[in-house]
Amino acid sequence: MTTVATEYETVIGLECHVELSTQTKMFCGCLNEFGAEPNTQVCPVCLGHPGTLPVANRQAIEYTMKIALALGCDIAPRSLFHRKNYFYPDMPKNYQISQYDLPIGVGGHLEVELGGEVRRVGITRVHLEEDTGKTLHVGATGRIAEAEYALEDYNRAGVPLVEVVSEPDIRAPEEAVAYLRELRALLETLGVSDVRMEEGSLRCDANISARPAGDPEYGVKVEIKNMNSIRSVERALRFEADRQRQALAAGEALVQETRHWDEDKGVTLPLRSKEYAFDYRYFPEPDLAALEPDDEWIERLRAELPELPASRRKRLREHFDLEPEQVRIIGGSAGWAEVFENAFERWNEAGPRMIANWVIQNTMPHASPGEALERIDSIATIMRLVHEGKISLSRAKDLEPLVFETGRPPEEIAQEQGWIQISDEGALGTVVEEVIGENPGPVEQFRGGKEGVIGFLVGQVMKKTKGAANPQEVQRLLRDRLS
Amino acid sequence: MPVEIDVDHVARLARLALSDEERERFAQQLVQILEHAERVREVAAEDVPPTSQPVPLRNVLRDDSPRPSLTQDEALAGAPEVEEGRFKVPRIIEGE
Amino acid sequence: MPEPCDLTAHELGDELRAGQASALEATDSCLRRIEAVDERVRAFLAPTADLAREQARAVDGRLAAKDDLAPVAGIPLALKDVLCTRGVTTTCGSRILHNYVPPYDCTPWARLSAAGSVLIGKTNCDEFAMGSSTENSGFFPTHNPWDLDRVPGGSSGGSAAAVAAGEAVWALGTDTGGSVRQPAALCGVVGMKPTYGLVSRYGLIAFASSLDTVGTFTRDVRDCALLLSAIGGHDEMDSTSIPEPPKDYTSMLEEGVAGLRVGVLRDWLGQVPEEGIRARVEEAVIRLEKLGAEIGEASIPHADYALSAYYLIAPAECSSNLARYDGVRYGHRADAVRDVVELNMRTRGEGFGEEVKRRIMIGTYALSAGYYDAYYGQAQKVRTLVVRDFAREFERYDVLLSPTSPTTAFRLGEKTQDPLAMYLNDVFTIPANLAGNPAISIPCGLDERGLPVGLQLMGNHLDEATVLRAAHAFEQDLAQTFRPPLLNSLAG
Repeated sequence: MTTVATEYETVIGLECHVELSTQTKMFCGCLNEFGAEPNTQVCPVCLGHPGTLPVANRQAIEYTMKIALALGCDIAPRSLFHRKNYFYPDMPKNYQISQYDLPIGVGGHLEVELGGEVRRVGITRVHLEEDTGKTLHVGATGRIAEAEYALEDYNRAGVPLVEVVSEPDIRAPEEAVAYLRELRALLETLGVSDVRMEEGSLRCDANISARPAGDPEYGVKVEIKNMNSIRSVERALRFEADRQRQALAAGEALVQETRHWDEDKGVTLPLRSKEYAFDYRYFPEPDLAALEPDDEWIERLRAELPELPASRRKRLREHFDLEPEQVRIIGGSAGWAEVFENAFERWNEAGPRMIANWVIQNTMPHASPGEALERIDSIATIMRLVHEGKISLSRAKDLEPLVFETGRPPEEIAQEQGWIQISDEGALGTVVEEVIGENPGPVEQFRGGKEGVIGFLVGQVMKKTKGAANPQEVQRLLRDRLS
Repeated sequence: MPVEIDVDHVARLARLALSDEERERFAQQLVQILEHAERVREVAAEDVPPTSQPVPLRNVLRDDSPRPSLTQDEALAGAPEVEEGRFKVPRIIEGE
Repeated sequence: MPEPCDLTAHELGDELRAGQASALEATDSCLRRIEAVDERVRAFLAPTADLAREQARAVDGRLAAKDDLAPVAGIPLALKDVLCTRGVTTTCGSRILHNYVPPYDCTPWARLSAAGSVLIGKTNCDEFAMGSSTENSGFFPTHNPWDLDRVPGGSSGGSAAAVAAGEAVWALGTDTGGSVRQPAALCGVVGMKPTYGLVSRYGLIAFASSLDTVGTFTRDVRDCALLLSAIGGHDEMDSTSIPEPPKDYTSMLEEGVAGLRVGVLRDWLGQVPEEGIRARVEEAVIRLEKLGAEIGEASIPHADYALSAYYLIAPAECSSNLARYDGVRYGHRADAVRDVVELNMRTRGEGFGEEVKRRIMIGTYALSAGYYDAYYGQAQKVRTLVVRDFAREFERYDVLLSPTSPTTAFRLGEKTQDPLAMYLNDVFTIPANLAGNPAISIPCGLDERGLPVGLQLMGNHLDEATVLRAAHAFEQDLAQTFRPPLLNSLAG
């Protein structure tokens, strides 16, 4: 038997679920908030009591339409909710109100940047459905398969959930990560979701297949579930892509199946599937009216769209001339972009790159964009103090969190802490003269070319000023006088 | 088309435990009823749109404003079994 | 002098306002009647005597204070047990909900209750409203007060029998394929199914969502108009509720039928096997003509297919609506199960009766992969054809006329072994459910066995006023009292 070395291409499509940050649930007036006591944000409707009926939340519909518009989708002139029928105890009605063949948005795209290159990933559809409750599997081992019983909390049941389905346009795990980051930034910019993967407000399943490079036919599709962070998406897809490639290279056939990502073991494992595979028996939800948005409604929502990440990044790159890494970090968040631009507006003598740097290195680690915006004048002041040499960079790094905590003016705190540096040439000059007079030996050595001695002399000046001198300024004066 | 029904499969989809007697009787009756129902195919033409609601409305939406929820006690009042504020169920076998 | 429980609601209301009777007396009168006959009729699953007396006393207090009260205030009402009542067990006639106490009120009862209505009890019905005889109740069958060996019709048989026997002055039921009109016909009372969406379904335990309506049982057409006025109008809790404010349906009652265009469904009449029904309906046509109506011949060409479509659509929706009864959150739960699948299967196997299981099976099958287009999809197209048939006829007629049911009350057990024969009972009532049109059944006489015959009048969407006006004119001219012989034997 001869083996022919074949190159394989991985093909990935992502299905992302986004919990919308509406005030109330999709079909009832219960609060949509994370972290409440179990079964306290429930009512007869979302508990699936007999006789109850759903009424759709306008805000959730509009958020979904905005997501669809931001992804360049067409808004369907008529869309319907369908019932997806299957039994699972986290679903109070044992059907999920979802969308089927008439979703709210179809046919868009998302531009994804990877290594400086822009790729366009197609969006198949954007649809709206209701979330399920939360199951706690209880047992000695903590493994679902060995659980003794389960407990249901329906607080999350009925929370509006948008599904964004991509075309199989993604070719590598890193690209999938870039897509997810981009989608998250877009959703954050729209202000429609908290997009926190760890709280489950952004979830992602993937379809992945492999085919010989250049083959127009898709390979056998495997669905991967249970990826709970961007990192686990990357790890899971990398594992699965390798697994598929190796299987094909070894001449093994792949089966169409759903696999579960095991975070601890770092592998994907097949889910036990029964022969009674899912038969969802979709049919139009008779309890809800059709959605038929007119142009006026659609155009109003379109006009309300904020600047989207792609255009924001373009502006940061072209107008502010930020470095690519700065564009990636600041442009990835509507909030931080706003912080950057507001800081720039207030003080920009040192140029945009310095400000971007400051925000990334000094503000991001200790504050949220909202907090930073509240203290934007203080940020500008601190940057100015550093730039003018009135405070050292390391003191400034300590100063900012103090200012944020107390709300007091930066100068006042810096004074109090004794962090204001003496940069005044007259006052420093006298001390410098004194130190030169008192240390003839080192002065000689320096003049003789021993550069390192300058440090000792600066140290002497710092000592005399009890650390209040601006060391850069001291060194400049010393060199001045000794040259 | 002659109707053929896998009663066990349908009962499983519907999560209905049937007695042997019920299974046998339903196998007969369902065929009979569905053969009668099949008549719908005699008249339903390609160009006839489906009607899923007799008085169709559109864009029926509510404002995103909260309404009172039940208390935990009220929510759990009818539950056959409860533990730690949650509805208790026997173990769930994955892949079902 | 008649017992208060035998009066119409408007007569009783007049007496209450005139101080000739009290709400408590009326309530006690109904409770006494229940005491006297319900062992035999078995209309009630659970009378709510204490609650009723409490509500009646409150009304009497307001009457004494000369408060301006709604027409429904103080009138004893029965509710079909598919309508949720907060704090009052609501079983849907099913073992699976034998212990279910709703945490909320259905909208129709919430409105009536706020207006001072008195709840006398929850009435028996076919389990989840699936049936035409009330024999499918998970608890016991109800008997027809006109002949205790016969069925009261169904599925709202308990409500119909209660009103016929004077156990309640009026009642609410639900009508998905005829479940108000057919038992009204078989029990000799007035039963109305309004336009789909006119009365809120919030709190009506769903059987088939796109067909379910809340309807009324009354002793005359004026009461029907009163009760409908009190429960109708938009409800924000129901997305299929038509955005129209409540209306007063009594205002046009007296306008008569002169010039009214009445289309007689001749081919339906021809299908009726019972001579007594044909004769009474023919007489009704003559009477309306005499009163000045313009009589013509009408037809719903796709009516023959409507029954087939109905027996796909209703089971399909029911298979989904009833999925929630799984033994997890409320209701019956099977013992000693190993896992959730077994919990679901055994709970449902034990909790549901045969007819419910049969329909869940049909519906599940009709929606399952590979069959949707052949069954459910086609049935929805037939529905379109029926809607078009009605629309066409309402361009030339104001009201369509037919018998309500192909038979008068049949014997208990007569059709229980043959589901298809039972389904055929709904052949004249189902088309109005598929098309969403309002329809009323009023008694138009007795057959040769002394059993009541029902006349059905159907109207255009939201044209309840015209239907009621025609029914009222007919009823006033007929001037016949329909009182089950059972009541004549009662003392006092």
